[in-house]
Amino acid sequence: MYSKTVMDHFKNPRNVGVIESADGVGEVGNPLCGDMMTIYLKIEDERINDIKFQTFGCGAAIAVSSMLTELAKGKSLEEAKRISNKDVANALEGLPKNKLHCSNLGADALHMAIQNYEDRKSGKVRPEPKRKEIHEHTHGETCYCPYCDAELPEGETYCQACQLDSHKHH
Amino acid sequence: MNILNLDHMSANPLLHEVQEAMIEAIKKNYGNPSSQHKLGDQAAEALDKARETVSHLVNAAVPKEIVFTSSGTESVNHALKGVALAKADQGKNIVTSNIEHNAVLRSLRRLKMMDYQVTSVPVDQYGRVNPDDVAKAIRDDTVLVSIMHSNNEIGTIQPIEEIAKITKQKKVLFHTDAVDSVGVVPIDVQQLGVDLLSFASNPFYGPTGVGGLYIRRGTKVWPLLDGGVQENNKRAGTENLIGIIGMAAAAELAMRDMDSRLAHYKKLKEMVLRELPNTIDEYYVNGHPEHSLPNLVSISIKYIEGESVVLMLDEEDIAVSTRSACAAGALQASHVLLSIGRDFADAQGTMVITFGVENSEEDVNRFLKVLKDAVQTLRDISPLYAKAGAA
Repeated sequence: MYSKTVMDHFKNPRNVGVIESADGVGEVGNPLCGDMMTIYLKIEDERINDIKFQTFGCGAAIAVSSMLTELAKGKSLEEAKRISNKDVANALEGLPKNKLHCSNLGADALHMAIQNYEDRKSGKVRPEPKRKEIHEHTHGETCYCPYCDAELPEGETYCQACQLDSHKHH
Repeated sequence: MNILNLDHMSANPLLHEVQEAMIEAIKKNYGNPSSQHKLGDQAAEALDKARETVSHLVNAAVPKEIVFTSSGTESVNHALKGVALAKADQGKNIVTSNIEHNAVLRSLRRLKMMDYQVTSVPVDQYGRVNPDDVAKAIRDDTVLVSIMHSNNEIGTIQPIEEIAKITKQKKVLFHTDAVDSVGVVPIDVQQLGVDLLSFASNPFYGPTGVGGLYIRRGTKVWPLLDGGVQENNKRAGTENLIGIIGMAAAAELAMRDMDSRLAHYKKLKEMVLRELPNTIDEYYVNGHPEHSLPNLVSISIKYIEGESVVLMLDEEDIAVSTRSACAAGALQASHVLLSIGRDFADAQGTMVITFGVENSEEDVNRFLKVLKDAVQTLRDISPLYAKAGAA
């Protein structure tokens, strides 16, 4: 189900780890399926000198993180900001449809890490980004997408997983 | 390729005797059991014989109580929707548990769209239903209780006999989804006291695409498929005779070898549980320590995600299963694991292994060795593991 490139990055992930005293850190988590990524940056002359990641998640999530670090390493911050989740998926020769919206969060984590770096540099103190932790899940009556059966956030009618709008949900 | 299958719940190979019986049927018995000529008679005879054999596997009172279906899923759909429709004038409430298979859950969800009400009882930390909760949940308009015999994710076996006493006393029909139990552990529908019981052929080494539904004599159930008068008017459509013959051959072997298979599974399961603490740390064993399937081990490994474990083991030609959301097409955390109190992250790290007759202690050792490395590799990548270590 995964491309050869995905499996290669899953089996031999590049740039795993933590950068002590990183210049920027970005964390994203997806409460729907529970993937979490942390990106660490070392910046020199407004360029990504070093980048490392840690990821909790499926094969796709690990491969996405690894590929992202390869795409971002050595890039100027302006170039790195233009890397999109789609670029990562394309570099991996595609991802299964249901993983595109779930595990493909690498670029988001990178952009948050760059933001974090720029905030620190300008002395701006931003409140901790509000991120849903994976152990939080909605209680009570749960709503499901009637087409693919993915859980829908309360009040949502648009399903991220299958990209359909449900007019009626239960 | 020497693949070590520790995921027998997903797929069992056909045993040699089953293959032989089916090949013989393919060559000689292609007739339609409903035809009025010799070809048909021959097929009808084979069908009757298969029905009798399969009826012995669950100890039905008469063979006619067995309806052949296309799968465990169809059996469950038939039982739930068939009873609901047949009893609609008496009430529209159905009682079930929080940890049922999707075949039950989604059949009931469909019925809810048709104005049925579903009451779901909780389970304890081992995944067991308290029969008192079932008794309390039954209302005047309850027409059916459906509680699974064994759970496919954690292996817990439910107190079906006790629940059946309650449903009998309250005059409510009782269905049990026994797909992962029949042919694996001894099942006696008369001793259990159920009115309907769903099962499938592949869990005991029969072909996929064949299932069975036990319907106690005199129980009114609407057909799911309308058409001809096959299966005593309970399930229209020409029977999958070759598959059914395979299922019967597998049933014979399951009855003959039940004790030795149970002893074999038990030995392997005990070995895994004994050796796991020497292999990995920080994990939970899911399911009831005693009332549980002998061929299933379910563990939730902290700080890692199940699909990654499956892929890592697959690289070493070992097949296991996971119940993580990422592996499910629906991307939902397992309702079973959440119901027994696992949090979202731990549910993600759940791995299920199911043994088969060909597995050996050597296989278990090979699995444990690979698992150890896979878990360490994934934990080294995981931010959760790093945070837990720092705390």
